[in-house]
Amino acid sequence: MTTTVTPPDAPPPGAPVKESKRPRLPKAARAGGQLHGGPIAYAILIVFTIVSLFPLVWTAIAASRDNQRLAQTPPPFWFGSGLFDKLEIAWKDANLGEAFFNTTIVAGTSALTIVFLSTIAGFAFAKLRFRGRGALMLIVIGTMMVPPQLSVIPLYMMVAKLDWTDQLQAVIFPSLVSAFGVFFMRQYLIQALPDEIIEAARVDGASSWRVVWHVVFPAARPAMAVLGMLTFVQTWNDFMWPFLVLTQMGNPTVQVAVAGLGRGYTPDQSLIMAGALLGTLPLLLVFAIFGKQIVGGIMQGAVKG
Amino acid sequence: MATRHDTAAPPAEGGAAPGRPPADPVSLEKERRRRDRLSRRWQRDIRWSPYAFVSPFFLLFVAFGLFPLIYTGWASLHQVELTAPTDMNWVGLRNYTRIFDDEFFWNAAKNTLTIGIISTVPQLLMAMGIAHLLNYKLRASTFFRVAMLAPYATSIAAASLVFVLLFGRDYGMINWALDMVGINPVDWQNDKWYSQIAVSTIIIWRWTGYNTLIYLAAMQAIPQDLYESAALDGANRWQQFIHVTLPALRPTILFTCVVSTIGASQVFGEPLLFDANQGTSGGAEHQFQTLGLYLYEQGWVAHHLGRASAIAWTMFLFLIVIGIVNYVISRRLRASS
Repeated sequence: MTTTVTPPDAPPPGAPVKESKRPRLPKAARAGGQLHGGPIAYAILIVFTIVSLFPLVWTAIAASRDNQRLAQTPPPFWFGSGLFDKLEIAWKDANLGEAFFNTTIVAGTSALTIVFLSTIAGFAFAKLRFRGRGALMLIVIGTMMVPPQLSVIPLYMMVAKLDWTDQLQAVIFPSLVSAFGVFFMRQYLIQALPDEIIEAARVDGASSWRVVWHVVFPAARPAMAVLGMLTFVQTWNDFMWPFLVLTQMGNPTVQVAVAGLGRGYTPDQSLIMAGALLGTLPLLLVFAIFGKQIVGGIMQGAVKG
Repeated sequence: MATRHDTAAPPAEGGAAPGRPPADPVSLEKERRRRDRLSRRWQRDIRWSPYAFVSPFFLLFVAFGLFPLIYTGWASLHQVELTAPTDMNWVGLRNYTRIFDDEFFWNAAKNTLTIGIISTVPQLLMAMGIAHLLNYKLRASTFFRVAMLAPYATSIAAASLVFVLLFGRDYGMINWALDMVGINPVDWQNDKWYSQIAVSTIIIWRWTGYNTLIYLAAMQAIPQDLYESAALDGANRWQQFIHVTLPALRPTILFTCVVSTIGASQVFGEPLLFDANQGTSGGAEHQFQTLGLYLYEQGWVAHHLGRASAIAWTMFLFLIVIGIVNYVISRRLRASS
């Protein structure tokens, strides 16, 4: 505030008034602005944080205890000694090694494809003029409203006809389209990619594909990373469609395998918890590392949405 | 690469390219034709590349989005069995009349509605409150945001299985905690209302943080001067929230309502896994069977794909009605403000 060169009450005519140049208001008048949170705010937030995290922590606690202990009151609040044994058994029983491999392939393929296709389509919708643009964009937004249950049955028939039942491509192909992804990239590129840069590249004689490769992709990289992570999380956690097409359990994804642990005839509770923990752990790690970016990405998508 | 840049210069600028040696008529003519060719290629590129960029999405979308949508409608007018999905017998609207006569369909529809309400309303209210708190200047605000979003990273399967244990009747932690404060244990799985509350809790737990972030983002986009002028007019914090924050959030609230409604109409994994008997009926007395689960039961357990398609389309029509109601309400709201 001390470095203001021009007097704040005399902006040059026509210049946009910057926030920092506004005269400071008396403290009472700023009361509605960025207030510091008081102890009550912290207390409530801490309670909600505990509620958020507790079931996750308790999954690990339950996985570390044997079933006799789980069938007692009070329930266990701290770790027992059996965690790693249980994780190992769950890993083998649910064939989680293969399931992890499958799910990584499915989630990875769909994340990469969706990011690529959404970026080029989002670029076209954001920056290129073409006939039918408005109508096509409306279709994209409209499809975000269609419940997936509607497509489940014919998709199942298609998969059955192609003899893909119980094979991974049955899960991969329907997850390659994301209307949300197109919408998200379009919103990002409208703002993040100045028209002048595209024009400059055009004047230099770049073809459209060169523009995409050398201008759009570098500019969109942060949004591509966020969309990739969101898509990965979503595909990794998808339950209904894999559950329907991978019926024979020979080739499951992680979620189907974990749910399978809970649907035996004599369910072993702590084993189920160990499986649930293993199925969630990779994503929790991703969250621990990239949490800030993911949060930023969701908020970014939300503001402009 | 640099040379290609040069030769591919757009014709609009081409005439002024400096440093080109003057040439005899033959090569001038060649040059002119070369430029025409480039110009045509340039025009083609400008004209068609947008379609090239959007077409992969739309091709996949038509195959895996639009076609299934229409085909489901077509299949709902036929008798189709899971065992022979290609044998279709035209039955007109019989699938619809049959499910409308089916008490389990109405039961599932009612359950979907009640579970939808008791999961969506508290979820959005809490999200709004937490977002308001997170909008303050806070220490460790990133930590709070990430922690609140952690359930979003958890799958339906993992979350449902954990909550089944937490909601256990005899040894579950929630009944134990209720007992500590002197409330009798609750049969979370067999009582109609309590089981629906339990299923809703799983949904609330997973999605509150996500909605919180969406509200928070919208709150941070509200210009500070609105609050300042409200404060100058003597509005206290609560009045500022009511008269500044809420109106500014109206589009976002509407958006989250629509998205949550769609989500609530599709609830499937939670009631499926919450069932102690591991059936598809949503509890021994169908007490928490949702439409999604009923669709699965009709299609994949009873093998009636035609009837399941009719259920899917009915759900779609419900959503369209809700969408229209939403639209009308939002227009009324806008008109009145």
